[in-house]
This record gives sequence, structure tokens and C-alpha cells, in this order.
Amino acid sequence: MTQAQPKPSITAADWRRDFPVLEQSVSGKPLVYLDSAASAQQPAAVIDAVARYHREDHANVHRGVHTLSHRATDAYEAARDKIRDFINATNRTEIVLTSGTTESINLVAQSFCRPGVGPGDKILITHLEHHANIVPWQLVCEQTGAELLVAPIDDKGQLDLEALWPLMTSDVFMLAVGHVSNALGTINPVREIIAEARKRDIPVLVDGAQGVPHMPIDVQALDCDFYAFSGHKMFGPTGTGVLYGRESLLDQMPPYKGGGDMILEVSFESTIYNDLPYKFEAGTPNISGVIGLGAAIDYLQSIGMQRIADYEYGLHEYMVSELSQVDDIRLIGTALNKASVQSFLLGDIHSHDLGTILDHQGVAIRTGHHCAMPVMTRFGISGTARASLAFYNNTNDVNRLIEALEKAKQVFA
Amino acid sequence: MTGRPAEAEELYDLYRELILDHARSPRHFGRLDNATHTAQGINPLCGDKLRMYFRIDENRRIEDTAFEGSGCAISVASASLLTDTVIGLSVDEADSVFSAVTKRLTQDNSEDKVDIGGARKEQMEKLKALDGVREFPSRVKCATLAWHALHSALSNDAIPATTE
Repeated sequence: MTQAQPKPSITAADWRRDFPVLEQSVSGKPLVYLDSAASAQQPAAVIDAVARYHREDHANVHRGVHTLSHRATDAYEAARDKIRDFINATNRTEIVLTSGTTESINLVAQSFCRPGVGPGDKILITHLEHHANIVPWQLVCEQTGAELLVAPIDDKGQLDLEALWPLMTSDVFMLAVGHVSNALGTINPVREIIAEARKRDIPVLVDGAQGVPHMPIDVQALDCDFYAFSGHKMFGPTGTGVLYGRESLLDQMPPYKGGGDMILEVSFESTIYNDLPYKFEAGTPNISGVIGLGAAIDYLQSIGMQRIADYEYGLHEYMVSELSQVDDIRLIGTALNKASVQSFLLGDIHSHDLGTILDHQGVAIRTGHHCAMPVMTRFGISGTARASLAFYNNTNDVNRLIEALEKAKQVFA
Repeated sequence: MTGRPAEAEELYDLYRELILDHARSPRHFGRLDNATHTAQGINPLCGDKLRMYFRIDENRRIEDTAFEGSGCAISVASASLLTDTVIGLSVDEADSVFSAVTKRLTQDNSEDKVDIGGARKEQMEKLKALDGVREFPSRVKCATLAWHALHSALSNDAIPATTE
């Protein structure tokens, strides 16, 4: 044969089959997993890569001269290159491997902000943030006497940009904003916000935990200073995360943790720190997890993030439209631009009860405050039920959600 | 026979009529003036937050009780059933009901051995409406939240409730 066969068109049904965990029953019904915003499932490619590493290549990285140590180091560093490519960072030195978004943000709070802020300075966040993008800044404020400012949101769960701009004054040391709200799904106009911040010389950290799994990310195009995200929300293992940081900033920052691997030379008088990014990676890292994260990126790239974004956009529209037709439903978070998530309340049924009834129908959703209590307070509620999508979900999953909600109404009738 | 599919029995067992009734119309709901003992029950996982109030007389008997706050159907119904149960009991009796209820809900087949007098038997029977949570391990904490607050309030003789 001289001519290549045309590639069969790959559909969402095929993507779903890549995830072994989805092929099971819960409460006697095929599992419908609508909690990917809490933690996404892993494709077989990731599970196998981690297992293969443990079976064949495990050793400590950056230390030994022996073969296994070389293999482990090569695989670990290859994952760093994949991450760099995935978010289009300029240099691999800008990719700091962490335990997750939370650690990435704490690193910036403690290593970038803490040495530089003091009384009179402000750290600006928004009302939409996850606790991981609130508490690290509160800690720095307590430690330094700086003040935490919070930009308001409107009744749809969108940032009030007209209120945000005047808050971005010259005494703001840092702006931290989520890319996509985990509680409401709102996609923030981070590009526009960063451009405004740039004009005023305010460094920006983007909490990308809920952005990376759902859309292509280009940190150079965004022009952010820091971008933090987690491996387990993008179909990789738990305990892995990334801090992208602009090299010129990372260079000036002191180490965040002390230990092995982050040094060039240690004596009891002084220590010469290692180069970027190792300066921030003390101790033996989560080697297998990072290798799994690299495999997750390979897998995502094989589909294409734009394709994933396009597919999810349609599915999300379908979910919101179906949910909005359920009697007695109240959608929480009705921003024009959303991804993955829809929060809601059903009649007077408490979200926790709803979660139990849905689980009994094999439908997994998240209930409660979603680690975003200020958002709940803003809407005068204690929590919501939240369905969140990934590209392995389909319209049947949405239909099963709707059926399960009807069942909940019967139980509470 | 009732039009309920068999596989949903566990659900209907969890959300029995009595539970839904107490969840929708909780008894003794609100603040209690002149409370002598109070404690808060918080489940940070789901955001349930209840405050239990007790007025205990000089004979260490629970003269009155009330609760306020918000939570799921199970936690509110359980708190409501609690208030119905403990009014008129001595502190020791109430605490033994606490032990019996928490044991019953957390240990399979644990028999209810508490004896709080014949007149209370019916009320103790009602508490069995909470048994449905045994099939839902993640919900046991909801059912026991108010009871732990009761225990904590009664153990806390040294700190009287403030009435602000």
C-alpha cells in the first residue's frame, strides 16, 4: 500500500474507554462521574506509565551514577519538558514541580511576597477564589502586616471588572486570581486582567487548577508572572503540581524549603543554592507521580486541548440547558463564560441529601461549599450541589443526572 | 406495591416519613432564653452547623431545650428528635441516651439498652427512625452531630451558656 489509511474519527465514546475506573457500577448502576473538578480520573496510559516506572525504572533522581537512577532522572526531567511545552513556557527552568496547586501558591506567597511586603502594602484577590488562593495570602498578611483586598463579584458569579480596576493601585504588591472558578465555573477574563496589571506593574498569579484540564494554556500569551496547577485535576496522579514562574522573578526568590537536591554546596557556615528550578525542589520528589503527569500530558496532546475545549463547551451547554428545565432548580453561577462546572440547589433539599440520593443512583457529584466558603456566603447559602464535566463525560451522563434529580424529588415529595 | 422500585428501599429507609417531617418542621427550633448549657456541633465537611441549648435545673434535670442552625435533613431531623427526647430527663439519663444512640448508629446490631422509664419508651422507639444511616456510612456523622453537641454541652458544667 502506498497510500496511508485515513484515520478513523475518534469520538468521545472512545475517550471514555481510555478510563478504566469509569467502567464500573455503583449502587447497581453504571457509574456516572460528575466530580472531575474535585479530582479527575486517570487514563490507562497514566496508570500504566506509573506502574511501568515502579516495575522497571525506580531509583532516586539527580543522585546516582547507576542505570536506574539515570532512567528515573531522564523520565522525571522529560516530564518537566512536556509540561513546559504543554503550557508554552519559555524555559524548562520556569517549571517548578510541587505537590499541587496549594503548594505552588504557598510557594509564591512565602518566597515571592513575604520577603517584599510590609504594612501599607496590599495583596489583591477576588471573591471567587478557592480557599487555596485565599488562605496563603491571609497568612502572608498576618506575617507582614500587609492588607488583603477582595474584588467583588456580581449576582451571576462574574468578577465585577469596573470594581476591580480601581482596586489595582500602586500599593498592590500582588494580584492572585483564579482562571476558572471551581465552585461556579466562571471563566475569568485573565488576559484582560493581566494586561491591566502589567500597565500598573502588579505581578499576577493565576490559579489554573480548573483551567488547565479544560482549555489550551499558553503562559506567554497570557503574560502572567505565575501560573499554578495540579496534576490530579488534569488526569494525572495526586500529589503532583506545577508552579510556572517567570524566570526573572524565580531567580530573585529565596528557596521555599530547605533540604537535599536544592543545594550546590553545603557547609555549616553557608549553603550555595542550586539553579532553577531545583532551588525550589528540596527533598526527593514525587517521581512516579510526575512521570504519570508526563503521561497524562502525552495523552491530552494526542487528543488536543482545543478539541477537548470544543467538545466540553457543547456538553456543558447541554448540561446547563437540561438542568435549567428541572422544576424547582436554582442554578448558582450563571456567568456568560463558564467551563466544566454547574452548581445548583434543588427545591429545599439540602445539597448533602441530594449527594446521597444521587450516589444511590450511581451519579457522583460534589456537595457542600467546595472549599469556597466566601462564594457561598455571597449567595447566602451554605453549599450547593455541583456537577463538573470532563471530556470523558457525555450527554447520557447528563441525562442520568437529570433522572437522578427527579428521583430525589420523589424521595422528598 | 407502593410504586417504589425495590432498589430504592435503602433510600426510603434513610428518608423515612418521620425524618422528613422533623427535617421540614423541626421541633424546639430557635434560641432558648435562660439556657444554662449550650454547645455547637459543626461538620466542616458539609457545612452543617447546629447550636444546641439546654436549661438544666438545680436537680440536674433538663427543663427545656432548643436548637438552631442549618444542616441536611438527617442532621436537622436528628437534632429535632433529640430535643423531643431529652426534655425532662436527668443529665445522666440524657447522657446515657447519647451513648446508646451513637453506639446504635455506629455499630451494627447494637441493641438499645438504655432505660429511661416506660413513658419514654415510645420516644426511644422514634429514634430508631435514624437507623437508615447505617447503610450510608458517609451520613452517620450527620445523624450523630446533635448528639455529640448534647454530650459536649452536658460535660461542660464549668462553662455556662451566655445569653448575650
